[in-house]
Amino acid sequence: MTGMSTPHPIWRDPAFVQGARDMAQPALGIGAWGLVTGVAMVKAGFSLPLAVLVSLTVFAGSAQLATTPLIAAGAPLWVIWATATCVNLRFVIFSAGWRPYFEHLPLGRRLGIGYLAGDLNYVLFTRRYPSPRPEPGQQAYFWGGAVTNWVAWQAFSLAGIALAAQIPTAWGLGFAGTLALLGLAGSLLVDRATWVAGGVAALAAVAAFALPFRLNIVVAIAAAVAVGVVLDHWGRTPKAPT
Amino acid sequence: MTTGITLYTLAAVVGLTAISVVTRAFFMLPRRPLPIPAWLREALRYAPLAALVAVVAPDVLLRDGALLATWRDAALWATVAGAAWYVWRRTILGTIVCGTAVLLTLRLVLHFQ
Repeated sequence: MTGMSTPHPIWRDPAFVQGARDMAQPALGIGAWGLVTGVAMVKAGFSLPLAVLVSLTVFAGSAQLATTPLIAAGAPLWVIWATATCVNLRFVIFSAGWRPYFEHLPLGRRLGIGYLAGDLNYVLFTRRYPSPRPEPGQQAYFWGGAVTNWVAWQAFSLAGIALAAQIPTAWGLGFAGTLALLGLAGSLLVDRATWVAGGVAALAAVAAFALPFRLNIVVAIAAAVAVGVVLDHWGRTPKAPT
Repeated sequence: MTTGITLYTLAAVVGLTAISVVTRAFFMLPRRPLPIPAWLREALRYAPLAALVAVVAPDVLLRDGALLATWRDAALWATVAGAAWYVWRRTILGTIVCGTAVLLTLRLVLHFQ
């Protein structure tokens, strides 16, 4: 039932190969994202060792992009961590989706799976196994995609870190990280309530910018969540045509 | 100014790594299922978007803490171009490439700020 009882190593499992193959093409897009993240860290003033350390440990593109300027500005640790947690909240939702597939595994295995489970892993895995119950081959399929994703991400991220030094700061390429966050934010604008909440967050973040320690981010999150929840309770907001 | 490995950055990195693991494994952690309260589910819907927008908006609209004073700003038009691409094609990669192309063109060729 666990899919791990097979005698040969997991990377020889056909499901592992399939998982790796399914991830290979989207991994190019992931790679571009990693490249931008690597460049953004160096352009924000991270030393080479720090940028490499963050890439190899944190392994979270959007959280890294959001917190890189905070770390460079010396913001308080709790603001950095709160920002990363908020950016990562979508993973909390995905983790509820992962649970039925992997809840029978030991804690260490569940933590390892969680650490490597990026956005695309979730999309590909739930497409391959739509019914939420354990099946043979699931772990092999997960690890095939996860290893491919990790290698692609790290290769491009480290390349970005190495190449960033060759690119003049005057070009302002660190802004590519902001553009990546812009696209990610766009993917979350799904109806009128999210557009309004996004607008409120933008206004609040700009209006409260003078606050110390990048507290404007916390203010923006609080304002947007409050407005969003109020909109939800004010009767059903009609969905914008898409 | 370079940000190197210090006690402060190490603490930040250790915390961020823990956040990566805990957020992605969150509902896989407990042996028994956790009921998600309704208010939290609603907040979860808006907090990620708000966090992203709160980082992006000041980057685009403010220079040294003041609102943009000129239209000749490369980052502003790069954002417009990136957003337009996203609306048209819905790809993040295209948003980055298109916005960066506009940014570099304006800055290097037309000498925008």
